[in-house]
Amino acid sequence: MKLATTLLATAALSLTSISVQAADLTIVSWGGAYSASQNNAYHKPFMAMKSGVNIINDESSNEAVAKLRAMNEAGNVTWDIVDVEGPDSQRLCDEGLAMEIDPAEWLAKAPDGTEAYVDFGPSMINKCFIPQIVFSTTFGYRTDVKEWNGAVPTSLCDIFDTAKFPGKRSLEKRPKKNIEWALLCDGVAKDDLYKVMSKPEGIQQALAKLDTIKKDVIWWSAGAETPQRLADGEAVIGSTYNGRLFSVIEEQKQPVAMLWDWQVFDFDGWIIPAGVKEDKLPLIKEYIQFATDTQRLADQAKYISYGPARASSQPLVGKHADLGIDMAPHMPTNPANQKNYLVNNIEWWADNQDEVEAAFQVWLAK
Amino acid sequence: MTQLDMPAQAPVLTQDGRPLKASLSRALRREKLRAFVLILPLLAFVLLTFAAPIVDMLLRSVDNSIVPQTLPRTVVALELWDPQTDELPEEPAYAALVEDLREAVAQKMHTRLGSRLNYEQSGFSSLMRKSGRAVETISGSDVKGQLIAADSAWADPQIWRTLKLYSGTTTKGYFLSALDARQTLDGVEMLPEGERIYLMLFGRTLMMSLTITLLCALIGYPVAFLLAQLPMRTSNMLMILVLLPFWTSLLVRTSAWKVLLQQQGVINDMLVWIGLISDGNRLVMMNNATGTIIAMTHILLPFMILPLYSVMKTISPSYMRAARSLGANDWTAFWRIYFPQSVPGIGAGAVLVFILAIGYYITPELVGGTSGIFISNRIAYHISSSLNWGLAAALGALLLIAVLVLFYVYDKVVGIDNVKLG
Repeated sequence: MKLATTLLATAALSLTSISVQAADLTIVSWGGAYSASQNNAYHKPFMAMKSGVNIINDESSNEAVAKLRAMNEAGNVTWDIVDVEGPDSQRLCDEGLAMEIDPAEWLAKAPDGTEAYVDFGPSMINKCFIPQIVFSTTFGYRTDVKEWNGAVPTSLCDIFDTAKFPGKRSLEKRPKKNIEWALLCDGVAKDDLYKVMSKPEGIQQALAKLDTIKKDVIWWSAGAETPQRLADGEAVIGSTYNGRLFSVIEEQKQPVAMLWDWQVFDFDGWIIPAGVKEDKLPLIKEYIQFATDTQRLADQAKYISYGPARASSQPLVGKHADLGIDMAPHMPTNPANQKNYLVNNIEWWADNQDEVEAAFQVWLAK
Repeated sequence: MTQLDMPAQAPVLTQDGRPLKASLSRALRREKLRAFVLILPLLAFVLLTFAAPIVDMLLRSVDNSIVPQTLPRTVVALELWDPQTDELPEEPAYAALVEDLREAVAQKMHTRLGSRLNYEQSGFSSLMRKSGRAVETISGSDVKGQLIAADSAWADPQIWRTLKLYSGTTTKGYFLSALDARQTLDGVEMLPEGERIYLMLFGRTLMMSLTITLLCALIGYPVAFLLAQLPMRTSNMLMILVLLPFWTSLLVRTSAWKVLLQQQGVINDMLVWIGLISDGNRLVMMNNATGTIIAMTHILLPFMILPLYSVMKTISPSYMRAARSLGANDWTAFWRIYFPQSVPGIGAGAVLVFILAIGYYITPELVGGTSGIFISNRIAYHISSSLNWGLAAALGALLLIAVLVLFYVYDKVVGIDNVKLG
């Protein structure tokens, strides 16, 4: 009798767990402060609105492209929504690993009725990409370096001035962005960048410029390394994502300041993996529509200093949820911060990534 | 002679009249079958999760089926074209290409093909994307002219040469890239001096792994010796000191080394405080080969100490006493009697440490900077970032071959029987 009850209870439990599983939504993102901001701005309100929906956070965005390709080959896609950077979305879309979406059907209009694709504007970089934020890779420097005698770097090219600003620099161990920055400081105009880079001498010119500071560079491969090095005094100036620098400066109160000159803009957003289960689609669509509407995108900026991708969200950006400071001046899209800026040419990099990466690695090893 | 002297060939029979030999082998076969059934689950597990992925990886390093599968007609049409000439292929090749591309676009294969060929020649990626969009509007005659109008790259014989060169179902391309070489129309040639990287990385990986193994042996031997000599209670206490880091997460240990080694780190602070070095001349012990060697020696040390310890435990102290009573001094007794018996432990530890070291990538990535990274860091890059899985597979296969060759040499020189884990 007792055994039968237990069995029945277990059966009932497993049945309910199955029905709950049907409303599970696996969302892949970057982890850390970024996932926390999405959790607060999107996931929690969505789960409060739709009872029975359970959002599972997976922090695999770093290797999302490789994993999606493997899942696709194995014919078993276990993710529902994936957060990726713009260039990765391009590759996923190209390879048919991400679903193409129709903005009119998937995305909410702006409050004043503007069509979504107009509201998102240039951030809709391909047919699969659902933009969330604009972020930038830019520089932070320590404000207490004695050797600088009170001077502070004001232009990107101060990175290359080791006489005036001695000390270690922290740069990414990838050619992208570094090559462009080096050429800009070697006298190449913004509009000519990719023309120069397409010639073999162009890359050599950039590497020669980087050579002038090579012995002062510590290379990073994870975005958290530069903030750490700046806080430790291991580096005096370094590149990383602007949100990471915001948290070093405003949340951890370290003696660090931003150098926005020639920041490189990138978009980050959602893609829906191709081959996602049919019966999941309505729920996924509902989530996307909710999480990318004007208010939600503006809400995310309360928790992290990345700019919302919708034009209609900009005026709604308010104060930081805990610190109470105004977030607008910390946004990469703030007019004062984007006097000089760059956007990577995704197509050029798709073509030349392999070759330039090889040249860069050889140069690093020299 | 003895065989001839044997009595007639009458077989020995068992009680039930069968030949003894047959009966014996039947019993043995049944025994073997039972033993086989017992290991079957493990065997299936090993095949499925270990052997199959390795074979799959090895196959990827030569697989080029995407080209003939995506462009079947083009491949056939190109058979007649001589790549040595500077002339472009004829109209039929272009027509075949457009037809192939139309089908590829429907399955979104053209961009994958673009990524594949982009490994061999930069520019294929966007060429395929552009051409994929263009083929929808191409119709009628003069397909050649229309395609060239859509993207002038199709008027470049080099594009067609690459296409023809990589039109087989298998390719040497990935292995050649992994060896800093490339395929040309005139055969295989090495890349220019300034573009070679993988051979250097292979060499560095081997050298640094050997250094780490040697350091582990030098540091580990006295520790294991001490542990084996001390009374059980003390040695157990000390053993915990060896095992504690062994149980700590790899990432935590590597990060701890970062805190210690960096220029504003604990060791440098201490040296400056003592006055051994000045504040302006802090030592660079991290983000280079030194950092990798220090951190990895520490991380891999238990793999040397544990087999050494278990071998030393089995060496009876009476041998040493006997040697001394026969007049040997402490050093002679140790060197002539104790050390030779502990060699199998060094062998086991060295093989373990070396094989683990050669495949390491997290620690070099975190503390190795640019001069302290291994070939495995490039493999990881190609797996997860550049998605050039073919090249990653070729590099992995070469690493596997290098390990097997070293293992073979080790077996010939030291002898694999001379390895003991206890």
